[in-house]
Amino acid sequence: MADSRQPVGRIRLERISKSYSRRKALDDVTLEIVGATVHGLVGANGAGKSTLGKIIAGAIRPDAGELYLDERQIRPADPHDARRHGIALIAQELALVPHLTVMENVFLGIEPRRWGLLARRRIERRYAELVQRWGFQLQRDAPVGGLRLADQQKVEILRAVASGASVIVMDEPTSSLTSVEVETLRRMIEQLRGMGTTIVYVSHSLEEVLQVADAISVLRDGRLVHTRAAAEETEASLVHAMFGAAVDAGQVEKPAQAGGPDVLEVRDLDLGALLKGVSLSIKAGEIVGLAGLVGSGRSELARAIFGVERMDRGTILVDGVERRIKSPRDAIDAGIAFVPESRKDDGLFMQLSVAANATIAGLGSIVSGLGTVKSSAERASASKLIGDLSIATPSPAAKVATLSGGNQQKVLFAKWLFREPRVLLLDEPTRGVDVNSRAAIHRLIRHQAASGVAILLISSELEEVLALAHRVLVIRHGAITHEFAADPPLAEVMEAAFGVAGAEHSPP
Amino acid sequence: MTEGADPPVSVEESAPADSGISVPWHRRRIRAEHVRDYGILVVFASLFVALSVGSSGFLTTNNLLNILYENAPLGILACGVTLVIVAGNFDLSLGAMFALTEVCATEAAIHWGAGFGLVVPLLAGAVLGLINGLLVTKLRINAFLATLATSLAFGGAATAISGGLLLQVTSSTFLALGRDSIGQVQYSVIVFVVLAVLLQFVLGRTVFGRYCYGVGGNREAARQSGLRVDRIAIATFMIAGVTAGIAGLIDASTTGSGSSTAGANYALTAIAAVALGGTSIFGGAGSVWRTVVGVLLLALITNGFDLLGVEAFYQDIVKGALIVLAVSVGSLVERR
Repeated sequence: MADSRQPVGRIRLERISKSYSRRKALDDVTLEIVGATVHGLVGANGAGKSTLGKIIAGAIRPDAGELYLDERQIRPADPHDARRHGIALIAQELALVPHLTVMENVFLGIEPRRWGLLARRRIERRYAELVQRWGFQLQRDAPVGGLRLADQQKVEILRAVASGASVIVMDEPTSSLTSVEVETLRRMIEQLRGMGTTIVYVSHSLEEVLQVADAISVLRDGRLVHTRAAAEETEASLVHAMFGAAVDAGQVEKPAQAGGPDVLEVRDLDLGALLKGVSLSIKAGEIVGLAGLVGSGRSELARAIFGVERMDRGTILVDGVERRIKSPRDAIDAGIAFVPESRKDDGLFMQLSVAANATIAGLGSIVSGLGTVKSSAERASASKLIGDLSIATPSPAAKVATLSGGNQQKVLFAKWLFREPRVLLLDEPTRGVDVNSRAAIHRLIRHQAASGVAILLISSELEEVLALAHRVLVIRHGAITHEFAADPPLAEVMEAAFGVAGAEHSPP
Repeated sequence: MTEGADPPVSVEESAPADSGISVPWHRRRIRAEHVRDYGILVVFASLFVALSVGSSGFLTTNNLLNILYENAPLGILACGVTLVIVAGNFDLSLGAMFALTEVCATEAAIHWGAGFGLVVPLLAGAVLGLINGLLVTKLRINAFLATLATSLAFGGAATAISGGLLLQVTSSTFLALGRDSIGQVQYSVIVFVVLAVLLQFVLGRTVFGRYCYGVGGNREAARQSGLRVDRIAIATFMIAGVTAGIAGLIDASTTGSGSSTAGANYALTAIAAVALGGTSIFGGAGSVWRTVVGVLLLALITNGFDLLGVEAFYQDIVKGALIVLAVSVGSLVERR
């Protein structure tokens, strides 16, 4: 077991690359992390910051490049292997066993044993030492499942130090913490650093990273922009580094400005603690972009309008008529369609054919008197949709699982276009699709708007939102904080989404 | 992803309603997927040919009809539960529903008349299926546990109603279903064939059938596509209940009696037949004709081994091995 008081835990990454299908998640990244410091990794969604953190912790294996710990090359096969080298990962989703107690979780897999049995007394003694050294107040014998998230994180940290970790990678550690808990975590991190542990801190919250980190590396599109001392950075300088080139990117041609009547109107929508009094309206033919960070409530807004989540309060009108939406079925009946963030989990039937997927939401229109699916009508409809959306499939009868991501996404669009909806809610419509499909989907979105559909576009990629939207709303902490007319400067939208100090409406 | 096959396809050149094959055979080499999807047919055909050659008593109209006759109740149950499984659920209470509906049929026939004896078990089956369906959808109890519990309760109810006695029916109208025939073909065989064709049609061709695949394949996507996922699941449980009622009725009519201990192994045998046929036990893929093949394959093994004079316990070993083989081929192909 490494002694965590020695200044070890230096990490060096040499020319690390990682690709997913043809997309480069990390491209030739070389980076040094000084031992016993807190090193922040920031970047926009998809910039590669999480991937880099997971490579250090062995959760992802790079395609190329080398990883050194204290000048010794290591090739962790998995997180367990990395832990043996002294690198621990605290993932966004905590990996604890809820029914086991705090102490059992801390020593899970590394229990002191005697004759192959648990050496209970030695475990207790080591637990007492750990707690004393770190000063954590935890109920030793309480099941972890009943603890608050911040306490669960403490358990993860204890687990990491109990295994002798000299490096701890934290991936979005505050994503589910309250502000008080964030503060507690910050103090723990300082304490860990004080005892000689290296922390790699991956976060989308620039404010937090600036507070806690000694040095910050900015990633953009899988490449390292630069690493600087945190003291030299501000939120504005980080945002600029994260989006530098994109800020000046030229605009693509945009559909004609819409001037029709309101098709979708949402008033005072509340959803638990996630959405607070959200109101918006979208005109016929208008594309409204919704920008916000992960966890800002942007997906929840679309899910609430579509009835996937039951809203607590609020009114939804389609074409001026109030609709009570308690389920996706109600929303569909009201003429609303929803392309969810995860096509695999919420959208497609991977084992069914392209034709079956395309028609399943509207089988009522091609049903015979006997209740059978009219196969000629289905064939005709499916073929038309495949043609209209240029879906590359060997046949309408091919299983959706056999198609590429881009074509799967088009099938998901086909499912809704078959119903000719009045409102299209799009959550990350081009996630994980190739460049050509992406362009095709953008054309499709414009085309739908031109034919009078009201469109809400949610995307992590601001460039996409700005290229398509007539109007951009910024959502932060469950409330719409800013509204921009067409073609706002990207940096301004970014700053609003990140809640950079100086932005006029600060969230409660 | 799960193993199994058969998305409903009613487009282009695919001939059978649920073959899942989009390109004609001859243009393709045989691939692992084909072994998974159609291997069971090859096994069935091989066994059929082998038995025809190896035993003079096998390939006779009498013997073949007898196989169908003996397996009609099991086959009907298995066809019904196929819909439950395709829709992503499970029903372990088949055997208990079979016993309870059988007891209901005999009680109704004895006390109210043969006509009631024919109708009551179907209604009873529908109600029992409804109970299963409500437990699974409204109370959100895992289907495995819910039907395990109702299996106990239904079995207990059967004993309570029958008083643990063997109930005898003498009405010739009631007994006709199980014992009479048109030409050489018994009524119960006709009922089995008609039900199998009907359920294959429902699953393969109707909107409801398509929804079963949808709910079983991806419940959340089904909900977000506007499907009434609960109602669809309940309907499949009710179909399984009604088929259990029909099977119980046929058994009561065949034996002329009703017993609360009938059909003890039916639930597991029926589910084994479904899996053997290649229907995914995780839902979303499969078909009724596959279940029929699975039932008949198990029946052929029994019949053939009997004809060849092989001990019964070898049959069970072979059946078990075959199920393992069928299911593992499926999951190996999926995992590649």
